Amino acid sequence: MSRYIVRRLLQAVVTLFVLSVLLFAWLRSLPGGPVSALLGERSTPADRAALEAALGLDQPILVQYWRFLERASQGQFGVSTGVLPGRDALEIFLSRFPATIELSFFALTLAILLGVPLGYLAARRRGTFLDTGSVLFSLVGIAVPVFFLAFALKYVFAIQLGLLPPSGRQSVGINATHITGMYVLDGLMTREWDAAWDALRHLILPAVALSSIPFAVILRITRASVLEVLDEDYVRTAQSKGLRAPTIRGRHVLRNALIPVVTTIGLQTGALLAGAVLTERVFTFRGVGHALAYGFETRDYAVLQVLIMMAALVYILVNMVVDIAYAAIDPRVRVR
Amino acid sequence: MLSRTTKAAVGALAVAIALTGCAQSQRDTAPAPAGTAGAGTSDSAAPTDGANPDATFIFGAAGAPKLFDPFYASDGETFRVTRQIYEQLLDFVPGEAKTTAGLAESYEGSEDGLTWTFKIREGVKFHDGTDLDAAAVCANFDRWYNQTGDAQNSAVTYYWNNNFGGFADQADRDSLFESCTTSDDMTAVVKVTRVTSKFPDILAHGAYAIHSPAALEEYDANNVTAQGSGFTYPAYALEHPTGTGAFKFAGYNDANGEVTLERNEDYWGDKAGVAKMVIRSIPDESTRRQELQAGTIHGYDLPNPVDWKALEDDGAKVEIRPAFNILYVGLNATKNEALKDVRVRQALSYAINREQLVQSQLPEGAEPASQFFPKAVSGYNNDLQPYPHDPEKAKSLLAEAGHSDLSIEFWQPTEVTRPYMPDPASIFEAIRSDWEAVGITVNPVAKPWTGGYLDGTEQSEAPAYLLGWTGDYDSADNFIGTFFTQQDNAFATKNYDFANELTEALVAADSEPDAATRDQMVSELNKKIAEEYLPGLPISHSPPAIVVASSVSGLVTSPLAAEDFSTVTINE
Repeated sequence: MSRYIVRRLLQAVVTLFVLSVLLFAWLRSLPGGPVSALLGERSTPADRAALEAALGLDQPILVQYWRFLERASQGQFGVSTGVLPGRDALEIFLSRFPATIELSFFALTLAILLGVPLGYLAARRRGTFLDTGSVLFSLVGIAVPVFFLAFALKYVFAIQLGLLPPSGRQSVGINATHITGMYVLDGLMTREWDAAWDALRHLILPAVALSSIPFAVILRITRASVLEVLDEDYVRTAQSKGLRAPTIRGRHVLRNALIPVVTTIGLQTGALLAGAVLTERVFTFRGVGHALAYGFETRDYAVLQVLIMMAALVYILVNMVVDIAYAAIDPRVRVR
Repeated sequence: MLSRTTKAAVGALAVAIALTGCAQSQRDTAPAPAGTAGAGTSDSAAPTDGANPDATFIFGAAGAPKLFDPFYASDGETFRVTRQIYEQLLDFVPGEAKTTAGLAESYEGSEDGLTWTFKIREGVKFHDGTDLDAAAVCANFDRWYNQTGDAQNSAVTYYWNNNFGGFADQADRDSLFESCTTSDDMTAVVKVTRVTSKFPDILAHGAYAIHSPAALEEYDANNVTAQGSGFTYPAYALEHPTGTGAFKFAGYNDANGEVTLERNEDYWGDKAGVAKMVIRSIPDESTRRQELQAGTIHGYDLPNPVDWKALEDDGAKVEIRPAFNILYVGLNATKNEALKDVRVRQALSYAINREQLVQSQLPEGAEPASQFFPKAVSGYNNDLQPYPHDPEKAKSLLAEAGHSDLSIEFWQPTEVTRPYMPDPASIFEAIRSDWEAVGITVNPVAKPWTGGYLDGTEQSEAPAYLLGWTGDYDSADNFIGTFFTQQDNAFATKNYDFANELTEALVAADSEPDAATRDQMVSELNKKIAEEYLPGLPISHSPPAIVVASSVSGLVTSPLAAEDFSTVTINE
């Protein structure tokens, strides 16, 4: 097991290195640059030249990359020019990441809690109203763009009904203590119930919007997978042996059907990170996705590099955990 | 029987209700800010009855401030915040672009326009408790002029580089600034090296805020260094801005994107109408509108003109600022030889139906433009009329020039809205169809604003493009000087015979010490630019708005978007 983990980690290092090269070249090949992003119509060719010289952007790209590696090896991943000028890019990632974890965690939990049971029920009651209804519902979840869903949710729940705040993470005037940066958790840890409640209220709409696609995917995979397993010989054998229905469902059907679902959940963390860019932006939920969107607007190379690399690292780690989780679910899988 | 937890919950609820009750009654009985005792001069709106002096004014901004030292800033979101914390020697008349006394209660220039004497206001204290005096003012000038190393980069000190040009240790650049000396405790004498229309008016700009010398020293304010990918800023610029303004800096929370300001109780003038001001960064315009509708913010900047009516129907107040900007079609002959013929440029101008464009594509209050700056700027030529819409004349001019089959690449910016250009796509389409109507072949090129559009126009790749400018201060030079003094920018006037003539005329007008003579020179130059030179086509001036909830009063809008929020009060 430990050898397996070491091997996967080494693979991750190689993947990240290749990604860093591609990312570095790609960012610098994007049209526009930090000066026109920051000065707008006030930027002049002279301003641009001065900035490029000061930041070494006038050097050949290989020289730039070498300098980047040099600094990175000393633990310096660059300084922001646009998102939060003057601040270390890694620091920006670390301060924004808890918000994204909190949001993604809620969204994924929501997607699993709704998607798996609904998918299972849809398969069991195949062809009924429940089945077609949930399949249709999941189609809508995939097809409706996140920004439209976000707008609709805000319009109904924040403006018409006035139940939930339209954006942000915390109401102005809430004086909360922050330990982890995950506001709901912080509120619970410090027993500042009003702060926890306020943070939770801010979390609901973005989490629902972000969960729409993973929910739909999980529901459909669960349904398909359960349908397939129900047809298997061993289920028929179990039935003819006279095993009780709950035992068959729990031990044979669900356990086997969940393997592809777990894989899907792992893959969905990638989709969550991508979805978070849009969701966080629309809900002004200041996490990594929000910083990424703004980083692109301001061509903040250092921040973009760090955020994308870290997102890739998270993705790799999550999928590693998923692979290990197989072993727990499927006795046939043995990791070496 | 109630369980222990239920009892606890009920108890907590009762306490909570009692507390809210208290807060409510305190609020109700709290006295209105009785005359808001100030040291004297008042030009701010008096608090209306029922204003809550303990209120927090929450404003939705389109972005977060970059930092809190305006000397190192060039963006509106930073100045919006620093304007509340700091003041300058001069200030803008509330609601106008004209300058007036600020921290200098009076000032006058010598006959030759090279020596300026500023009488500093008495009894003004910085937020750290130190006194404002002439020595503090000169310490600020000296700080600006003596920036070293990476702080001299125009990406850091944009306004100084563009307005004063050059620092003490740069022998190759002549700075406008010469010296600042104190002739007594409260009198500062500033010498400049040449006469320019922008001095001393430029000192009203937010970049020239006066800081506490003690705080600058304590928090290492000048320590700016380029580190690989960006510049690092000192603690002063990030956490300790110290000025004399009606609000004090109380903190920036990046996780929430909120700047908090507190009323400065020792302010020398009328004290702020609210106890706190919170500026929330909400980049998405529709989210700002929803926040206002949900009542979670009290106002926001730049509402989309298509929403103005709906916002007012909802009870919000849409305050339309006077237009202090220009939208133009820039022309650049580098890649299109035909544009070198003035008749072609005139034809392009006659072909555009400005009146209809303004009516159908721009917000209420917008006007067609006859010259490259708005009416409020000194030197505006009142006799000049916008080019009339005359397709026949356009066709005959093209024929005369031998370019009846003119084909032109026209650039359109995407992923952007600007105050002078609320919807670039519709403006672009209107002009494009006007041009096509006179037989011109238009090849549209769409590029993202910061993703190639600005770069391409600057590098002379775009023969025709939409661009504009919002004025920083009341000076013709800020508009036409910026556009046409340089000959190799987006207009590339170096392609034309008149390039040197125009540059010289601009410099001559700018360095004329007598205001009346200067205005006359500028006015004549405007006529020449519009009729003979035509390096670009002025299109329109359109007013940007700011919107506040019905509970907000006292806001005075500024054409420069340099609002002072200390006059705002909230009834709730």
